[in-house]
Amino acid sequence: MLLTFDGRDYELRPGESVLEGMARHGVGIPAACRAGSCQACVVRSVAGDPGPDARRGLKATWLASGYFLACMARPSADLAVIQAGADIRTPARLAGVRELAPGVLGVRVRPERPLDYRPGQHVTLSNASGVTRIYSIANLPGETERAGLEFHVRVFRGGAMSGWLARAEPGAMLSVGSPAGECFYAPASRSAPLLLAGTGTGMAPLLAIARDALARRHAGPVALVHGAADPAGLYLGTRLPSGRAAPTAAVTWRTCCLTRGEDIADAVVGELARLAGQGAPVTAYLCGGPGSVRRMRRALFLAGMSLSDILADQFAAAA
Amino acid sequence: MTTDVSLYERLGGSLAIRSVTEAFYRKVLADELLAPYFDDVDMDRQIAKQTAFLTMDLGGPNECSGRDLRAAHLGLPGLRDEHFDAVVAHLAGTLREFGVSEADIAAVGAVAESVRDDVLNR
Repeated sequence: MLLTFDGRDYELRPGESVLEGMARHGVGIPAACRAGSCQACVVRSVAGDPGPDARRGLKATWLASGYFLACMARPSADLAVIQAGADIRTPARLAGVRELAPGVLGVRVRPERPLDYRPGQHVTLSNASGVTRIYSIANLPGETERAGLEFHVRVFRGGAMSGWLARAEPGAMLSVGSPAGECFYAPASRSAPLLLAGTGTGMAPLLAIARDALARRHAGPVALVHGAADPAGLYLGTRLPSGRAAPTAAVTWRTCCLTRGEDIADAVVGELARLAGQGAPVTAYLCGGPGSVRRMRRALFLAGMSLSDILADQFAAAA
Repeated sequence: MTTDVSLYERLGGSLAIRSVTEAFYRKVLADELLAPYFDDVDMDRQIAKQTAFLTMDLGGPNECSGRDLRAAHLGLPGLRDEHFDAVVAHLAGTLREFGVSEADIAAVGAVAESVRDDVLNR
């Protein structure tokens, strides 16, 4: 099979994805999850059919322009592709980096154009060397105009992106992908209890969702649960950043530490029991590492929640 | 099922099947005999498969065949009649909770029985 990429012809093996094939030929397409979820690897077809799997989850405006996911495209006939345009990735500059807690950076990035996003969504960040990672946005659209997009980044030993961010100077060039993810405030009812539980830096987007909900005058109770391995990991404290008006909703915030023998799956089930019976069905938002998100989701399901009321965003392991 | 309208339709089609499936899957996960088989299984994929199985079992639009069931259970260690019986009992219990009549539950049990050998790879 012939894959024409930006006007040059490459051979694509049967069963190989466009992303894998181009990598084999030494042409890197920005990519992160490689499983059709993060949408970092979108490219644009100009001739041929990338197949339905490659179009799954993309918004109608992208589909109309021929965009598809390179990681999910395993074409069965010749395909001609061009790189995603500037409408997909937005050039940006690093505005500032500060340490929020040992091993956690608060990273501010100023995109050239404002991005349309909902708190709780994530974007891909790429640096000039092409390193690409997915991060959740930690602040609200009203704040990003002045401060830039804020991300809470766990620094990993040898982490290509987190290590680079820890050393990078303000003004360094980056690019930001389109906001994606279904984990944001859109309740069936404004009086529904919200349960937001996250581990580590997974709490940052959940805090943004909670603040978004309160700014939209959410009236039901809001319960936050932050889990970490040890107390130093509970870097957000237990108080919402002060807003303009006192929230009408009852907000609670509890923490959970492995070193104190506390299990976040037990904690969320306890919070669910407290919130259930307060009228409307509970909506749960979960974020963090895949293991803890999976355990929380299973525990909430076994405690009686429908999976369709549980919105989960689990961090992909860094490639 | 001897009536013209299938139990699937009487339960309200695909929407209600989803809540029946969730209640059924919850019972299966809570059963110590069965839970180990589901420890490493992705819940969404499992719910989708269970929904297909239930849809077939209740006489709905068929999305699931004996061959699918055979393939899905192949290689699960130590799968025996007692596991199959436990799953069918959870299904009956779930349908009872949703107010399904004993006659209909028996009919569903008979459909389930027809795939026993596929599930247990015999």
